[in-house]
Amino acid sequence: MSYLGDVATLARKDLRLELRARDTLPAMLLFVVSTLVVFHFALPEGADEVAAQGLLWVALVFTALLGLARAWAPERESGALEGLVLAPCDRSAIWLGKAAAVFAFLSAVELVALPAFALFFGSVDAATVAGVVLASIGICAVGTLLAAMAAASRTRELVLPLLFLPLAIPLVVGGVGASVSSEPARYLAFLALYDAIFSILCWASFEYVVSE
Amino acid sequence: MSTSSPSSSTSKSAVPALAALAAALVGIAIAFAFYVAPEDADQGISQRIFYFHVPIALTAYACFAWGAVKGLLLLWRKDERYDLESYVAIHQGTIFGSLTLLTGSIWAKASWGHWWLWSENQLVLFLVLFLFYSAYFMLRFSIEEGPRRANISAVYALFGVVLIPVSFLAIRLAENIIHPTVFTRDGPQMSGVMFLTFCIAWLAMSVLAYALYRLELLGKRLDSNLRELRELLT
Amino acid sequence: MSQGEYVAAAYGVVFVALLVYVAIIAAKLARLERETAELAELARTRHADV
Repeated sequence: MSYLGDVATLARKDLRLELRARDTLPAMLLFVVSTLVVFHFALPEGADEVAAQGLLWVALVFTALLGLARAWAPERESGALEGLVLAPCDRSAIWLGKAAAVFAFLSAVELVALPAFALFFGSVDAATVAGVVLASIGICAVGTLLAAMAAASRTRELVLPLLFLPLAIPLVVGGVGASVSSEPARYLAFLALYDAIFSILCWASFEYVVSE
Repeated sequence: MSTSSPSSSTSKSAVPALAALAAALVGIAIAFAFYVAPEDADQGISQRIFYFHVPIALTAYACFAWGAVKGLLLLWRKDERYDLESYVAIHQGTIFGSLTLLTGSIWAKASWGHWWLWSENQLVLFLVLFLFYSAYFMLRFSIEEGPRRANISAVYALFGVVLIPVSFLAIRLAENIIHPTVFTRDGPQMSGVMFLTFCIAWLAMSVLAYALYRLELLGKRLDSNLRELRELLT
Repeated sequence: MSQGEYVAAAYGVVFVALLVYVAIIAAKLARLERETAELAELARTRHADV
């Protein structure tokens, strides 16, 4: 089977599982909307629209964390990760397939979150949307690998945010910059750079994360 | 499960000599920093903090890079001893990183009256790295000892070293959108003697870090050998 | 605090950190000494039995 064929099969499996179980996606949707509502109450009187833009990114990062915590759950619960690792496909295909599935979930959530944000806080421009798409790629690439690391740990859900947040900081800078600055192109280019560098790193190193 | 270094056994350890060298260099560096280097016209005496603050920062970067190199060697050569060396290097890096934050904060208070400055890119970068490498220890100690833990630690160390330039770039970009750069600092235009002092301090910190690294490795290998001995005797 | 006192504090922090490290090493050495003494005792009894 071709490499991309393997990736597509793995991603499709995850999407089908979610379609049947319907536990992660609704939770993420509800979480992001609830978070935005909390932000309304958390912003003091007279806080400007610019501050609200920053909060969009906080909401996205933490919603992604919620989804990532469950990313490898199906494999963990059925002990399937060992089986996948032994399968004749390239180990990095496992990462790519899972990251693609997580990206699909996160995008679905963003399709709801961005209009909700526009509704509650003010408009969302093209640069913001581009920023969200680019940052999501980075979040899913890095987050999927870190979630696999966390899966090997005793403290799983506890350690994933600790691993993820420092690596998410550049993404937040890029995303907020794209939303807020008068020169969004620089920040979008930076996000693309982050995505390229870290995707390659994840792709190359995933097999060591899951093997002995 | 022995992790004995291939050069140990009956050969004399370099650690005492390294420690003595480090002591001498640090002594000379302090002497230079306080007595030889002239006082800075703009910043006054607080500029002298830089002679140690910047070398400590550079040494921390070097430790993290060393940890990543050892991690890469582990993944490539699959020799167990690289795991311990990578871990100790990152441990040293975190210690020096904490010292960077502490000395940097004291300098900020001395120069600008605030214990923390978001406008100081190096401080912010070290804060991010400190968070990242603290998570390294959380991760490492929540995984059972073995090849899996070694591999994951090595991959994480590689991520760290890639994060350093990416974060630095991000922080530079953030300057324009987050906080107005109220506090500026001219790059140190150092006179010849100042530069010499800086170099001596940098050499001193590097040798100190290496001596501490070798010392910690020595201690950990001793631990592991004793454990093995105990298992054989009981 | 005067500027000079801050400089002293910065250098002092580094010095104290180093001393703390020495203390930790000293504690570790003490523990290792205890352990080797224990193991030596164990080896002695083993040797005597043999």
